[in-house]
Amino acid sequence: MSLQVNLPGLSLKNPIMPASGCFGFGREYGDLYDLNQLGAIIIKAATREARYGNQTPRVAETPAGMLNAIGLQNPGVDAIIDQELPYLMNYDLPVIANIAGSTVEEYIDVTKAFTRTNAVHALELNISCPNVKEGGVQFGTDPELAKEVTYKVKEVSHVPVYVKLSPNVSNIGAMARAVEDAGADGLSMINTLTGMQIHLPSKRPLLANQTGGLSGPAIKPIAIRMIYEVKQQVSIPIIGMGGIMTAEDVLEFLLAGASAVAVGTANFHHPFVCPEIIDALPDVLQKYGFTSVEDAIGKGHDHDLSRT
Amino acid sequence: MINQLMMTIIDKKTIAKDTIEMRLAGGAIVRTIEPGQFVHINVGNQGSHMLRRPISIADINESDESITIIFKVIGSGTEDLQSYQIGQELDVLLPCGSGYPIKEINVKKALLVGGGIGVPPLYYLGKKLKENGVEVESVIGFQTKSSVFYEQQFAELGACHVVTDDGSYGWKGYVTDVIDQLDFDYYFSCGPTGMLRAVSNKLENHKGFISIEQRMGCGIGACYACVVPTNDDEKNGFKKICKDGPVFRANEVVI
Ligand SMILES: Cc1cc2nc3c(=O)[nH]c(=O)nc-3n(C[C@H](O)[C@H](O)[C@H](O)COP(=O)(O)OP(=O)(O)OC[C@H]3O[C@@H](n4cnc5c(N)ncnc54)[C@H](O)[C@@H]3O)c2cc1C
Ligand SMILES: Cc1cc2nc3c(=O)[nH]c(=O)nc-3n(C[C@H](O)[C@H](O)[C@H](O)COP(=O)(O)O)c2cc1C
Ligand code: FES
Repeated sequence: MSLQVNLPGLSLKNPIMPASGCFGFGREYGDLYDLNQLGAIIIKAATREARYGNQTPRVAETPAGMLNAIGLQNPGVDAIIDQELPYLMNYDLPVIANIAGSTVEEYIDVTKAFTRTNAVHALELNISCPNVKEGGVQFGTDPELAKEVTYKVKEVSHVPVYVKLSPNVSNIGAMARAVEDAGADGLSMINTLTGMQIHLPSKRPLLANQTGGLSGPAIKPIAIRMIYEVKQQVSIPIIGMGGIMTAEDVLEFLLAGASAVAVGTANFHHPFVCPEIIDALPDVLQKYGFTSVEDAIGKGHDHDLSRT
Repeated sequence: MINQLMMTIIDKKTIAKDTIEMRLAGGAIVRTIEPGQFVHINVGNQGSHMLRRPISIADINESDESITIIFKVIGSGTEDLQSYQIGQELDVLLPCGSGYPIKEINVKKALLVGGGIGVPPLYYLGKKLKENGVEVESVIGFQTKSSVFYEQQFAELGACHVVTDDGSYGWKGYVTDVIDQLDFDYYFSCGPTGMLRAVSNKLENHKGFISIEQRMGCGIGACYACVVPTNDDEKNGFKKICKDGPVFRANEVVI
């Protein structure tokens, strides 16, 4: 059973990769298992300078999910290249760098900084972080701004660019078409949905940032719907994410139109979830009558045509 | 190295109001545990509890390679943990975090200062210190008489002073009312943030270690949920409580 998928810049031995922000720069999970088992890794967001992020508490548990407001804490793009990427170069593993910024110039600077390393195989343009006031969220909700930042990043990037879409919009298709027009090589979706939890004893929002991004199985149906919708409107590939816990969930994303998937929150519940999904995937594909991963991509749409 | 284990509950007791002591069989790995480290427990499933719960390791029993945990039922996760019975298995990550560096310091007389659910990790610490020939004295604080636990166990390590907020048992008041009358060369403290702040202020001229809490995601250092700023001049300096901590030198981090 072939799990191989080829995407712009990425030759994936299987379609499973940890999602940005949920796996650091790989070291901690690399102590638990051999990262070579993964299809790829998406590392934590990089900004131009180091950022401390938000005050704590930064996470809260919710039914079938969690809220987070980390606030893009990271050591800055140069420290990531010098101190974190060398560790990942020990592995035979495509690396996708997630980049964030407050201004178009910051996105451009971070992208340029990455051109000095060959340890990154693709960029994931994070225009959708809901957790910082100036975190790029404005780029993720306005199609014109999204187009502009995508275009400018594409101009300076030496590797393919995947644009990570925010679900906090009313017309996801318009956003997807806008970044495709601007030259995006692929999409990645979805980022977290903005939410809030109020702490009863203190009668105040629990997270120090007040709002946070909702992730986990609670958002899976939204991710599936958005990917399904976007798949019908663009021709660039989609890396799907949002609540994946099992190989069955992966198949659901493939059917909706994703060509590969990222697993985030599930790593906190079960740190070995990625290799376990990879092991389970061939049987699940076979059970539902598929002969490879490629074979399943977008197949959730065919019935649609036959019904009309 | 952190492992994920299915640990069988071999004993379970209510030792004070809403306070459960559990013993979990773990195998040889328990011998590598240092005082101050914790376990990260899956108390449900992805629908009920996406996040694991951090609980300190209160004791190691080398004879049957088990660990003891003591937890207070304060919410839905600890309530579900309480519903597990002897013979059932728990999915546990261990050992997590960095413990008290007792091998690296020269301590002759130790003061342990614990408050509420901060008391448990100090027990294994005290036991290890005593094994190493260190004199141990402890001050343990609780809200009220019905919450008091492990007085007898701490008394076996050395002098033990119990304090309750309402004076219904032992001394009336806070642990800080007692500690400055004592003589020691290192202190080790764990408890609510307010207590740790008061203790480290009161004992600012002493060397000591504190263990702190924060809401956690991964529990292994990957998600940046549990950071705490450091007290040095480094811009944006921080530590991860789940990996660099939960134990820190007093004044190392901002609490
Ligand atoms: C390193 C460490 C060691 C700990 N050791 C012990 C121990 O030995 N005994 C004990 O009784 N308790 C201990 N705690 C606190 C314990 O983790 C919380 O009481 C527990 O997570 C509460 O879960 P809940 O679902 O019942 O409460 P809820 O309030 O419903 O929990 C909701 C969420 O908040 C988190 N949370 C709530 N309170 C705390 C807290 N004080 N610290 C961290 N996360 C919290 C929970 O993990 C969960 O994700 C420790 C905490 C840390 C960080
Ligand atoms: C703790 C945490 C941190 C995250 N940090 C980032 C980040 O830095 N950049 C980013 O693009 N997405 C970030 N995300 C979003 C995830 O990459 C992912 O899009 C989202 O959580 C949905 O997937 P999941 O339900 O599998 O977690 C973060 C999510 C979590 C839970
Ligand atoms: S809980 Fe994830 S870094 Fe500490």
